[in-house]
Amino acid sequence: MSDRQHSRSVTALLLAPAGVFFFFLLILPMIVVLVYSFGERAEAGGYAPAFTFDNYLNLPARSKAFINTLTLAPLGTLLTALFAYPMAYFLAVKVSPRWRVTMLVLVMAPFWTSQLLRYYAWILILGAKGIPSWLAWIGIDDVRIINTPLAVLIGAVYGFLPLMVPPIYVSLEKLDKRLLEASADLGATPWRSFLQVTLPLSLPGVATGSMLVFILLMGDYILPQFLGGGKVYFIGNALVDLFLQSRNWPFGAAVSIALVIIMFVTIFFYMRFVLGKSGQRRVAMV
Amino acid sequence: MTEDKSTMTPQQFIDELRRYQKGSVSRRHFLGVTGLGLATAVLGGAMPGLRPRKAHAALSGTLNFTTWPNYFSQENFDNFTKNTGVKINVSIFGSNEEMLAKLQAGSTGWDVFVPTNYTISTYKELDLVEPLDLKLMPNYDPAAQDPRFLGPGTIDGVTYAVPKDWGTTGFVVNTKNAPQNPASWKEFFDLAQGDLKGRVMVHDYQLTTIGSALKYFGYSFNSIDEKEMADAEKLLLAVKPNLFGIDSNYQPSMRNGDAWMSMCWTNDAAQLHRDIPEMMFVLGKEGGEIWTDHYAIPKGAPNREAAYAFLDYILTPEINAKEVLAHGAPSTDSRTNKLLPKEMLENPILYPAAESLSTLEFGAAATLTSPLRAEVMARFKAA
Repeated sequence: MSDRQHSRSVTALLLAPAGVFFFFLLILPMIVVLVYSFGERAEAGGYAPAFTFDNYLNLPARSKAFINTLTLAPLGTLLTALFAYPMAYFLAVKVSPRWRVTMLVLVMAPFWTSQLLRYYAWILILGAKGIPSWLAWIGIDDVRIINTPLAVLIGAVYGFLPLMVPPIYVSLEKLDKRLLEASADLGATPWRSFLQVTLPLSLPGVATGSMLVFILLMGDYILPQFLGGGKVYFIGNALVDLFLQSRNWPFGAAVSIALVIIMFVTIFFYMRFVLGKSGQRRVAMV
Repeated sequence: MTEDKSTMTPQQFIDELRRYQKGSVSRRHFLGVTGLGLATAVLGGAMPGLRPRKAHAALSGTLNFTTWPNYFSQENFDNFTKNTGVKINVSIFGSNEEMLAKLQAGSTGWDVFVPTNYTISTYKELDLVEPLDLKLMPNYDPAAQDPRFLGPGTIDGVTYAVPKDWGTTGFVVNTKNAPQNPASWKEFFDLAQGDLKGRVMVHDYQLTTIGSALKYFGYSFNSIDEKEMADAEKLLLAVKPNLFGIDSNYQPSMRNGDAWMSMCWTNDAAQLHRDIPEMMFVLGKEGGEIWTDHYAIPKGAPNREAAYAFLDYILTPEINAKEVLAHGAPSTDSRTNKLLPKEMLENPILYPAAESLSTLEFGAAATLTSPLRAEVMARFKAA
């Protein structure tokens, strides 16, 4: 056996577990979902075999859920990135290395308690006896936050910050400080150095973090359920209702397929533009 | 009749029970003064099925119990665990449809669940519930049950579910914040779009939310007629943007002052009124729902022995009385009612006047499986 053949079989062997995993737990279930999406709702609910496009034609009945998700998920991701960037910058550049690990751990600390518990806490903070009552105290009356899109956005920033900070931190931390010195030597102001050196070089971290948060937000249903109180309705909630209340599996399957396609297209273009661009930029900068 | 110190009135019993619950007296004192300790010892010795240690020696593991929000006595559950070593794992659901969906999907791992009257025939048809072996639960006595509520659990002479308690679906109003004094579903939905904009909640549950919207027009609570359903949907879609929320667990929002009026079940109304007197319960004068919740064991329950032991325990009148005191839904069991304090039996929230009950309807099985009902609810939520 030649070295080349040998290395090929080793590669195949090493990839086999992941391949089997993806086949049985991703591709096969997706095929089942696809097949179901052409079926009919059984009489008492569930799935009955059929071949119809009705479920796809009925998708506009959930247009509000798609619109909500497609506005609030990107907005939530953007806000999270805006909050996370200064934090990550502070951790990677300003904090002395001795404290860095401790502070990074503190960023992750909220993950140690249940997400549900933390959202419950937010229900109280944003509810009548929380922030609105403090606002009433200084004369701003009748502010409603809980069960509004704003509450969901606050929850998104709070809930997903710990996922956004580390990737940005990593890309900032490995930034070559000599580039900043060179930039300063060549007469750039600190602000200009940040815009033209630091920011472009940390974009891959921002892109990775945003991707993580965006994907999770697109499929989320607990956050809108808890902080939206049934008034801010995501595709995830539509899916839960279709499978767990209406028991209309075929329509639920069609909504899932639509969600998967939307995610796929969005992420594909996102990767092309953001990651592609920053990659080129990086070369141009150096 | 001679004064006999060794007997006590139901009122005295409940007073002692309350003192014990509050922790003012010890368990030993409670069992001693009520004679329950002695009675239990004697009964336990005499009835092999009740001998606690031996009978429960075979029990182990976890009991997965699926029920509604705010609907059991933690103390009772703790005692069951103490007596049997079986831990109780509680799951909370918001609608019968959700329970049915989980059971249809299979492998729930549930041992006992709490279906409402109108769902049981469907569970039986779909072969999702176990016919109950009443011999394994000697503390349940069908003869002591209010006959009004025995129908749905027994199909062709076989018992598939035993009644737990009953109640009604009306709405609760925080009269301090909302003094409008609504008395009908018409006023409920009109206020939700008017003076109480942003302060009203409806259930995340097709039966009651659509049913009450149907009552607005004077239609049957159980209608699945297309034209009537279209009217109800139009009303719900108009109300939706003005609601505070859509949630079957409305107690937290009502208590917190976020919501001022909500669709409400008897037991939640009793709990809310007990803690916050200005919370008033109203039965819409057009009518609405009367219901009975049941205990049932799903087919393939992993811990069947523990499930029967649990049913036998929880349906014991003394234990059941503690359940009723905790959750506030009236019992279907006359033996349990005898143990309840008079003010509870006279509470109009729990026992509304007969004339307001006469307009109420039991949920109909057809609403559970109706695709139209399901889709209208889903469209209302997705709007």
